[in-house]
Amino acid sequence: MNFEMPNFALAMPEMFVLGMACLILLVDLFLNERSRVVTYLLSQATLVGAFILTLSLYTPVRELTFSGTFVLDPMASVLKMAVYAVVFVMFLYTRSYLQARQMFTGEFYTLALFGVLGMMVMISAHSFLTLYLGLELLSLSMYAMVALQRDNRVASEAAMKYFLLGAMASAMLLYGMSMLYGVTGSLDLGEISRAIDEGEIERMLLVFGLVFMLVGVAFKLGAVPFHMWVPDVYHGAPTAVTQFISTAPKIAAFALLIRLLVDGLGGLQSEWHDILVLLAILSISVGNIIAIAQTNIKRMLAYSGIAHAGFLILGVLSGTAEGYAAGMFYVIVYAVMGLAGFGMVLLMSRAGFEADSLEDYKGLNQRNPWFALMVLFIMFSMAGVPPFIGFWAKLAVLQAVVASGLIWLAVLAVIFSVIGAFYYLRVIKLMYFDAPADEARIEPGRELAAVFSGNALVILAMGLFPGALMAICIQAFAL
Amino acid sequence: MSFEQIVFYFFSAILLLSALAVITVRNPVHAALFLVLAFFTTAALWLLLEAEFLAITLVLVYVGAVMVLFLFVVMMLDINTSTLKERLGSYLPVGGLVAVLAIAVMAAAVGRDHFGLEQYAAPERLAADASNTRMIGEQLYTVYLYPFELAAVILLVAIIAAIALTLRTRPGSRYQNIDKQVKVKRDERLRVVKMDSEERK
Amino acid sequence: MFDAIENWMQGFGWLPDGLITFSVIMLKIVLLLAPLMTAVAYLTYAERKVIGMMQVRLGPNRVGLFGYRIWGLGQPLADAVKLMFKEIIVPSGANKGLFLFAPVLAMAPALAAWAVVPFGSEMVIADVNASLLYVLALTSIGVYGIIIAGWASNSKYPFISAMRAAAQIVSYEIAMGFALVGVILAAGSLNLGQIVAGQEGGILSWYWLPLLPLFVIYFISGVAETNRAPFDVAEGESEIVAGFHVEYSGMPFAVFFLAEYANMILISLLAALMFLGGWLSPFQGVPVLGDTFLGQDSILWLFAKTSIFLFLYLWFRATFPRYRYDQIMRLGWKVFIPITIVWLLVVALMVLAGWL
Repeated sequence: MNFEMPNFALAMPEMFVLGMACLILLVDLFLNERSRVVTYLLSQATLVGAFILTLSLYTPVRELTFSGTFVLDPMASVLKMAVYAVVFVMFLYTRSYLQARQMFTGEFYTLALFGVLGMMVMISAHSFLTLYLGLELLSLSMYAMVALQRDNRVASEAAMKYFLLGAMASAMLLYGMSMLYGVTGSLDLGEISRAIDEGEIERMLLVFGLVFMLVGVAFKLGAVPFHMWVPDVYHGAPTAVTQFISTAPKIAAFALLIRLLVDGLGGLQSEWHDILVLLAILSISVGNIIAIAQTNIKRMLAYSGIAHAGFLILGVLSGTAEGYAAGMFYVIVYAVMGLAGFGMVLLMSRAGFEADSLEDYKGLNQRNPWFALMVLFIMFSMAGVPPFIGFWAKLAVLQAVVASGLIWLAVLAVIFSVIGAFYYLRVIKLMYFDAPADEARIEPGRELAAVFSGNALVILAMGLFPGALMAICIQAFAL
Repeated sequence: MSFEQIVFYFFSAILLLSALAVITVRNPVHAALFLVLAFFTTAALWLLLEAEFLAITLVLVYVGAVMVLFLFVVMMLDINTSTLKERLGSYLPVGGLVAVLAIAVMAAAVGRDHFGLEQYAAPERLAADASNTRMIGEQLYTVYLYPFELAAVILLVAIIAAIALTLRTRPGSRYQNIDKQVKVKRDERLRVVKMDSEERK
Repeated sequence: MFDAIENWMQGFGWLPDGLITFSVIMLKIVLLLAPLMTAVAYLTYAERKVIGMMQVRLGPNRVGLFGYRIWGLGQPLADAVKLMFKEIIVPSGANKGLFLFAPVLAMAPALAAWAVVPFGSEMVIADVNASLLYVLALTSIGVYGIIIAGWASNSKYPFISAMRAAAQIVSYEIAMGFALVGVILAAGSLNLGQIVAGQEGGILSWYWLPLLPLFVIYFISGVAETNRAPFDVAEGESEIVAGFHVEYSGMPFAVFFLAEYANMILISLLAALMFLGGWLSPFQGVPVLGDTFLGQDSILWLFAKTSIFLFLYLWFRATFPRYRYDQIMRLGWKVFIPITIVWLLVVALMVLAGWL
């Protein structure tokens, strides 16, 4: 048997996060309620440490190890660092929310860290096996996190729906993978790509597997017509958990899409292109139109997330390096905006009051003009109004689509985002032109207020200087 | 038909029928038991493929442990199947259509034309002294080391999640602390009183 | 011996090969099962007698054979005849099919496990590579008999018993499995014959010494797996009458008993094989005794070692009060499993260091 010793150094960040997660699990056992903050600090330290490790391992080339099941390339490094950053900010945001609701427990942090590990595995996967295992690791952590508030009926229901539909999607993904394994004889993405390029395998079988896999991926992304779970889960889960599952996992899902479709099934581009076009159109249209009818802000943001997933798919479907870079840019930007969007809900809420109804935002300008301005930034960015970052993300994706010759698709996307702008602007109208329904003062902790303001200002700053992030994304696909 | 084929068709038939029974019988306990039968016959088919380690492990893990716990739960549930059936009618047309379509596509793709023995030769027989266990072990700890460890992490997360979701200490519930009971010293419970014998009155 | 029979049958010329193989296998099975069933019958006798002695009474001493008392040796036969002629009562509201199927489910794995058990270096029906795993798998499915019996009886006590048995057996199976992993590590094989061969070289090289914690845990888990005192909460006659077989009578009831005692013998025999060197002689390598017949490997050594464990079973029953249910769970999960895991690490280090 020829076996090459794996290069363990490449997986240092994964090993570090795993080790720390286990350590935190143990340390947390010996902490009492008052010193629980140690768990929180250790979790943050883990993310910082992983960030440094990943940064130090950055190479502009593509390296495979663990018998070809693990890959480290610029895209992987950048996406992983984005995940750490997003989760880091998420932890900052959610601390006071969790403390107010008796959810400030070790489980939340260990599960989130294991979820981060799952995302890292997905991002660095170079085999169906590791892709699937990473996905399951992430999903399992998320199902549990949604259900963490056991006495909350809505959350339990959301967790149940999420779990059942998620298991279904995983089954679809696995079935598609097994089909491709059957015809190509390998689980390794490189081998599969080679087998397809040789062209001896009947196309129909490959497409058959591809379709099932796309169903699974579309579910995880929350693309229409596999989006039913998104509003219910976002709505039902505690807002802190919603913030987690709506941001970082999208980055991992993007990696999943790229690994599967580009690294593995690049030879089937003409086939998956059409399917992605359909998914993108449906997601953008359905997401934007249904969002208008929502009165719950978490559900509204959920539908907006569906529409954003459509844009993300638009980037990938062009099949060019520019398109993938645009998609990557979009997903990172979406994560930043998602953090801010749910951060806004966290900011307004207090113990016993979730602030998840649109009504709660009426007259925010009179209650606290600074926060109203920040929310204005976020809403403009999500709607794609220049000069905020959301505009550049949409622009990059649309440029890629136009470059690939699908002008009609770009026009359609623009029309629907204009329709979508309505519900973002409605929030602004409620804030500035309606009388406040609730006169209670908004008293977020200083930390939360600072993080929220920082996040919103970053959206503005990135919008003014989008070049740096775009350059990083383009470099990630420059191989 | 060779002996091996007879065995194969025998177990395959039982497997398919029991799998069908799992989803058609009314009593959930019966369904669980049919699932056990399905696992058993699958193990038999794997034995035919000379995968004895996997076959025995399937019986050990799924039949011996997983399904026991499954039965444990199913027996305690009081499922009213009639309410489940009421809604069936409204879903049947759409569900049936999707099912028929899916089956048709699958039949076209996963048929004999593409996966028959002509396309995929049967695996070669192993030598009589080949150890399935050893081969799996060697693969797992070398080529598949990374996925193997990941699977272990997933199980760990499942344990954490299960405990986090179910462990609760109710206020006011009374239970014995066995650690404390064990640590009890004789002196804490027993006082030896020395006294002189007295005369009977 | 079996080769001779095979040759003899081939001598006829007209018998098909398949039939010859089949009849030889059947013969082996009969040669195994007939003594086993006898052993089971007399184990019940021994149990009553031993416990009787421990409680300073005589135990069964009336039923003899052919008019002679002979310490009541006819008792098991009389019991068997009595049970065979009793009516089989199916409670109303019971699930009749499953009710009658449950004893079969208890019995079949208890007997099938014996297929791979070796009695000597060549004496085994099926010399399977993964025989230890096979035994473990089959003993783990014996619990279905109990669960189904409890459920199909449509009665409260049996149902409680079924729930208890399910949780208890699944819990102790883990500790038991880990204990066996230690043996597998030490022997480097899953084959029971090779595990015994690995203990060659006298009483100190048997695995009981290096694997002492695993040995103890294996046997205690074995007692729990067979639902014997002090782990017999599934029967618990003082709280739930007789547990899962409250509603059984006649032969189905007897079959449960046969399965339980067959399992007891199996666990004891496996303990002897894995930790006490099986058929190896304890005097191996001892200067004077080792050269006599006592130094020879023999099936009698195996039986003697098995008897030790069987006696322990009976001794436990006469000595210990029943565990409370939560104590059983605590012992299995919080004591045995951690110890086995730690000791696995120690065994692995010992193997690495070359001491095993």
